[in-house]
Amino acid sequence: MQTASMRSAYGESLVEIGQKNKNVVVLDCDLSKATKTSLFAEKFPDRFFNMGIAEQNMMSFAAGLASCGKIPFATTLAVFASMRPCEQIRTSICIGNMNVKIGAPYGGLCTGENGPTHQCIADINTMRGLPNMTILAPSDATSCKACVLWAAQHKGPVYIRVLRDNEPVIYSKASEVDVLSGNRLKDGNDIVIFSNGFTSHMAVVAADLLEKEGISVTVHDIISVKPIPEKAVISMAKKCGAVMTVEEHNIYGGLGSAIAEVVSQKCPVPMKILGVSDYFSDSGSHQSLLQRAGLTVENIVKQTKSLLNKKE
Amino acid sequence: MVDTINKNLVSFLEEKATELRINILKMIHAAQSGHPGGALSAAEIITTLYCHEMRINLDNQRDPDRDRFILSKGHACPVLYSVLAMKGFFPIEELATLRKINSRLQGHPDMKKTPGVDFTTGSLGNGLSIGIGMALMGKLDKKDFRVYVMLGCGELDEGIVWEAFMAGTKFKLDNLVVIIDYNKLQLDGDNDEVMPLEPIVDKLEAFNWNVIRTNGHDFNQIIKAFAKARETHNKPTVIVADTIKGKGVSFMENKVDWHGLAPDDEQLKIALEEIRGS
Ligand SMILES: Cc1ncc(C[n+]2csc(CCOP(=O)(O)OP(=O)(O)O)c2C)c(N)n1
Ligand SMILES: [Mg+2]
Repeated sequence: MQTASMRSAYGESLVEIGQKNKNVVVLDCDLSKATKTSLFAEKFPDRFFNMGIAEQNMMSFAAGLASCGKIPFATTLAVFASMRPCEQIRTSICIGNMNVKIGAPYGGLCTGENGPTHQCIADINTMRGLPNMTILAPSDATSCKACVLWAAQHKGPVYIRVLRDNEPVIYSKASEVDVLSGNRLKDGNDIVIFSNGFTSHMAVVAADLLEKEGISVTVHDIISVKPIPEKAVISMAKKCGAVMTVEEHNIYGGLGSAIAEVVSQKCPVPMKILGVSDYFSDSGSHQSLLQRAGLTVENIVKQTKSLLNKKE
Repeated sequence: MVDTINKNLVSFLEEKATELRINILKMIHAAQSGHPGGALSAAEIITTLYCHEMRINLDNQRDPDRDRFILSKGHACPVLYSVLAMKGFFPIEELATLRKINSRLQGHPDMKKTPGVDFTTGSLGNGLSIGIGMALMGKLDKKDFRVYVMLGCGELDEGIVWEAFMAGTKFKLDNLVVIIDYNKLQLDGDNDEVMPLEPIVDKLEAFNWNVIRTNGHDFNQIIKAFAKARETHNKPTVIVADTIKGKGVSFMENKVDWHGLAPDDEQLKIALEEIRGS
């Protein structure tokens, strides 16, 4: 399986948009080597601002820059980008619909060994409560690039949840990625799996295994958790009659909740939300934490079958 | 008389600090992840706290009358785990489980998992506020325990730290001592490049704290600084301890790259030889 680093794709994409648009500026909170904004800093030192370990200051500062016509990409680890400065994001950025992009590498459980203070399973829900915010959770390096390019064109706040290194490559070209509607990775009739981030490639592998057992699965990679591509969700839920969601996030408030809000109101069918079941994880390797959360190909297969039993 | 006691004490503490450094490097090597630089810079201060200054109670680890220590720069926890194991809070062999699944020794300090850890940290900036809460309760409950908080120099970038400094003054917390591990480096580079801190002593004095500047690797000075803090009334003390990030391992000293990097087999061997030899 070919892999590529999402945080590198993030940093490289910033350089690319920086070349095209002089208004793009990049901010970081003393983590530029980890988030790869260092690539932008090397290329455009005059348009890079290291704010120190001061996430709240960075967000309101970014709002000030945006009010003067800049397009700031305020970047730090997902957990610190979404939580410490949450109120600044709401008040300084979202209420005025400021053109600030929040780049958030190391989303999910990939900071494994660092423990629960660094694992990020409550960012999507936090951001989802903020009107005007767009939330993108790409699933590989290529779609990460597509998200950065899209965000630079979009007017208004965008939160981009980036992962780390060695994510399996799903898309070959950024221009092929549909950021807003998401992308059909596999077509089937018995059940639809909506997924994002690191779990999307797992969903595809699981669907291939299920196919061998005669179960036909649609896998749809939802990149935009907000706005959720409602039309696509409804049509696939109706076609398949059962919906499963898989994400590297708390089961409360993330992709699963966003899908459930649509399904329950517009096209009720049996549904299952797979994610981290509302607990703080320990220190451990990314793999061991995914295993514990049940975010594995085997469990997706198992849960799909048991959900199918609930279908009429 | 005082000097001879101090000589014995100092050589005892020096031995202990060497032991801590050895364990820090071994455990980060075993985990193949973690933060050696800021753990090594704090070795003398942590040794002094746990082997001389603080009142701890091994028979009743959560003794409400114990002194508290909060490692606000939680990423340096290998130094804390090493001293806790040395004191007997848990077996020394357990250090090898650092950061592994099911270990009690988490990547950042976790008060619910690790015996002897007084508070959970890892997200920078929060420790001083927690310490102020503890110290104020100590006063209100008429208890005589003391509260110690260690901050990183980069950590001082966080606004909440300065909110807490103000509160410390308001509540006249002379039972609270902050130690700033002033190694002049953070994650991306020098404090000066990332976010200038100076003049740090002037800033803290302007907040009306009792400010003591000290060499954070010199036991005589560290012991004296803590003693002076005890003699100070009606205001909290902050010790600005000049240190060297990566202290004790020549190839790690003052090198920002060793903030969060684990040594490989060969590097561990060289580092241990250096520490044991000195
Ligand atoms: C709120 C928050 N932001 C960012 C980080 C990531 N981080 C961990 S250590 C560190 C640098 C800390 O520098 P300093 O406080 O000087 O520590 P030391 O040099 O003693 O290791 C950073 C940015 C964090 N742990 N918490
Ligand atoms: Mg420092």
